[in-house]
Amino acid sequence: MPKDSGIGASSKRREDVRFLTGAGNYTDDINIRGQAYVYFLRSDIAHGKINKIDTSDAEAMPGVVRIFTGKDFEGVGGLPCGWQVTDRHGQPMQEPPHPVLAQGKVRHVGDPIAAVVADSAAQARDAAEAIVVDIEELPAVIDMKSALKDGAPKVHDDLTSNLCYDWGFVEDNREAVDKAIKDAAHVTTLELKNNRLVANPMEPRVAVGDFERGTGNSTLYTTSQNPHVIRLLMGAFVLGIPEHKLRVVAPDVGGGFGTKIFHYAEEAFCTFAAKAINRPVKWTASRSEAFISDAHGRDHVTKIELALDKDNNFTAIRTETYANMGAYLSTFAPSVPTWLHGTLMAGNYKTPLIYVNVKAVFTNTVPVDAYRGAGRPEATYQLERVIDMAARELGVDPIALRRQNFITEFPYATPVAVEYDTGDYHATMDKLEQIADIAGFAARRKASEAKGRLRGLGINCYIEACGIAPSNLVGQLGARAGLYESATVRVNATGGLVVMTGSHSHGQGHETAFPQVIAEMIGIDESMVEIVHGDTANTPMGMGTYGSRSIAVGGSAMVRATEKIINKCKKIAAHLMEASEADIELKNGAFSVAGTDKSVAWGDVCLAAYVPHNYPLEDIEPGLEETAFYDPANFTYPSGAYACEVEVDPDTGRVTIERMMAADDFGNLINPMIVSGQVHGGLAQGIGQALLENCVYDENGQLLSASYMDYAMPRAGDVPSFEIDHSACTPCTHNPLGVKGCGEAGAIGSPPAVVNAVIDALNSGGKKVAHIDMPMSPARVWAAMQG
Amino acid sequence: MTKISMKVNGKEVSGEVEGRTLLVSFLRDTLGMTGTHVGCDTSQCGACVVHVDGAAVKSCTMLAMEAEGAEVATIEGQANADGTLSVVQQAFQDHHGLQCGFCTPGMVMSATALLKDNPKPSEAEIRHYLEGNICRCTGYHNIVKAILAASGQLEGAIAAE
Repeated sequence: MPKDSGIGASSKRREDVRFLTGAGNYTDDINIRGQAYVYFLRSDIAHGKINKIDTSDAEAMPGVVRIFTGKDFEGVGGLPCGWQVTDRHGQPMQEPPHPVLAQGKVRHVGDPIAAVVADSAAQARDAAEAIVVDIEELPAVIDMKSALKDGAPKVHDDLTSNLCYDWGFVEDNREAVDKAIKDAAHVTTLELKNNRLVANPMEPRVAVGDFERGTGNSTLYTTSQNPHVIRLLMGAFVLGIPEHKLRVVAPDVGGGFGTKIFHYAEEAFCTFAAKAINRPVKWTASRSEAFISDAHGRDHVTKIELALDKDNNFTAIRTETYANMGAYLSTFAPSVPTWLHGTLMAGNYKTPLIYVNVKAVFTNTVPVDAYRGAGRPEATYQLERVIDMAARELGVDPIALRRQNFITEFPYATPVAVEYDTGDYHATMDKLEQIADIAGFAARRKASEAKGRLRGLGINCYIEACGIAPSNLVGQLGARAGLYESATVRVNATGGLVVMTGSHSHGQGHETAFPQVIAEMIGIDESMVEIVHGDTANTPMGMGTYGSRSIAVGGSAMVRATEKIINKCKKIAAHLMEASEADIELKNGAFSVAGTDKSVAWGDVCLAAYVPHNYPLEDIEPGLEETAFYDPANFTYPSGAYACEVEVDPDTGRVTIERMMAADDFGNLINPMIVSGQVHGGLAQGIGQALLENCVYDENGQLLSASYMDYAMPRAGDVPSFEIDHSACTPCTHNPLGVKGCGEAGAIGSPPAVVNAVIDALNSGGKKVAHIDMPMSPARVWAAMQG
Repeated sequence: MTKISMKVNGKEVSGEVEGRTLLVSFLRDTLGMTGTHVGCDTSQCGACVVHVDGAAVKSCTMLAMEAEGAEVATIEGQANADGTLSVVQQAFQDHHGLQCGFCTPGMVMSATALLKDNPKPSEAEIRHYLEGNICRCTGYHNIVKAILAASGQLEGAIAAE
């Protein structure tokens, strides 16, 4: 029987009621008396030298309070990068400055040139049109390989070239990998693009800055996945505001998918300007503005070679990737193609030798950073595509080839520096084969062919790494931040609990799932636990939510804090019952003395802590509030097997997803309903990447796909109902809940399944089509069929 | 500025607007009813769907002045008089049809309009009807399921989880 509460129950989400009744509190819903509005005048060219900005006409427009340009920020720091990558030769990456407002040059369409603050948003926008900007247009570099040619225009004049870094991993493996590939019985080579995407959370970014003259305190309300990180980066590196004078609030946030991790110029601007004009300042992005100012995702160009011996065992993998950084380094951009990508190149397979080379390149495009999966989808896509291609070249079954090479013994140390703690890749593949009814595929293909359609089946596996840690390791790898998480558990005198977590929920349902854990630990009703998150003023310093880390890292911190609470309660209970602390047991919300019928209720112990009349004051303090900071020993490694069935219309090249299937191992589950929802969303984003979504720049650096008219978001009719399973579970061995994380898996595992299925369909029609780049639009598929 | 009046969720309201003020801005900024959301600027995403005289309308595509004298229904008015959730709202909670909640007001308003016109839509009809509502979180799976449930035809409609 499924549980109806606690760990493993599909508790309905309590946050839903406010979202379903229009009572959410998103950042754009926050209005402060007297607030002014800012409109950013953004560059409409990709690369140019600013000769002059004339704001005189605009300043005379109705409602204008003040106009800011780069000059106003000369004494202010630039936006910092949070990760320093060291290149193959031991040198640090090239790290250019990133001003809040453009200084001297504009480097991508959307780069902010001036900021107009006015009494209303419409007045600010009207006045911005009256600013005269004299820009000398310079040649732009858009294509990465062209950007690295000698004599290419430089995005940053002060750098030696457009190369951010040339990274090799593991550099010591390089010669052995070269030799293994030379000696291999078979080598499959694939060149592919991982298409540039825009994360597109449905809530555009918003920032409201406020300055309190009486105290000198600043507050920023912002659409962030990690308010403490923003407070640290903006306070310490940009504006020079000490953290105790700065509060950052991320209230209800309408989706993130990575793009709301980063510290953005608009946040620093609103905080700075609120103090400068002594009025609250609000900025609300339009969707068009989001396309040219939110960090983009993916955009890798890769060549991968897979070497196999005569028995089809994988012997080596060699990759060369060009990774687009855009015009500036966004907060965590350098880590994505390196430590979040190279370390995953072993996938689910025991390939003994791996070498990954990544060249990160500056171009005159919007900065690129983490998007759902961040590096791991790029690794999975190339690996699972090249394996599929190898199976086709060798004429072997793609599932059998994978199974033959699966890692089966754990812990397993990969040749790319990580150690998988648990997993059972055969078990998830077994589950997938059941769901997918592979035996029935031939009949389904026949039925499709009878309608004049080609049908294909694509299979792949994935491995993911969540809860990136421990801090001392990531510090060695270049992270300029810790990657622990925090929780404070406050028990009230009448027994209710408030948990203040450093994790942040922007759709993941923490307000429901986190109380399930605590309720189970204590044996009380979930409704007695309230979650507080998203406000630096009332949560301990925490790193926020991304990389599927909330339950594995934030949940573990919460468990540790709750354990401290329970231990203290046992001392109090022992005193109240005149028993030995060692004999106290907690069960179903009551403390009892083992082997007796003596018992004291949870609420009575809590009350005693705050009304300590009969209390061991000589041994313990009154009160019940504990904090824990949890720094994991290792990543967690969710894994799974995915399948997709498509139909292709040979006359138009249109692909329809007939079935999308996923068997995941997420370790233990807290709320299976929420876990399923996370997988569904990831699958749709992966299908979007595979078939629909694409960021297209022309050769001058104009973003052609900068609205929902041009950027094809997946809609309800583009995806099927999904068939998923997460019962083949191997609990994580190194965190207290045995959880692994589930937020990104769907987006990591699904793109190769879709592409493998389309290639299978086309080849079934007699065409020899080796590869089609994503998105597999009807035009691309049709063109491939004509070849 | 022009004074306009209309009924929103059964209550008479009025306010001063510019000619260019959109209905969604009137609701959010003038009336302070922030349940209706703005997710794009090209009338694609559907986060702003409300009902005007009974028809589902993207309130970002309609000028506030065009709604003079109209009966407007928004997400804030969907719950039952006793405060319990409407059938559609309850189905969205029961079937996890929302995650971040930002597209949700528009989804609920669209779904409610669909079921008024077509009380027993098929899965394909639901997916087609929702083409003007974008959700980035749910992959639509549980939204479709919630609407099937709200129309009393969930059993057997979707093969598996």
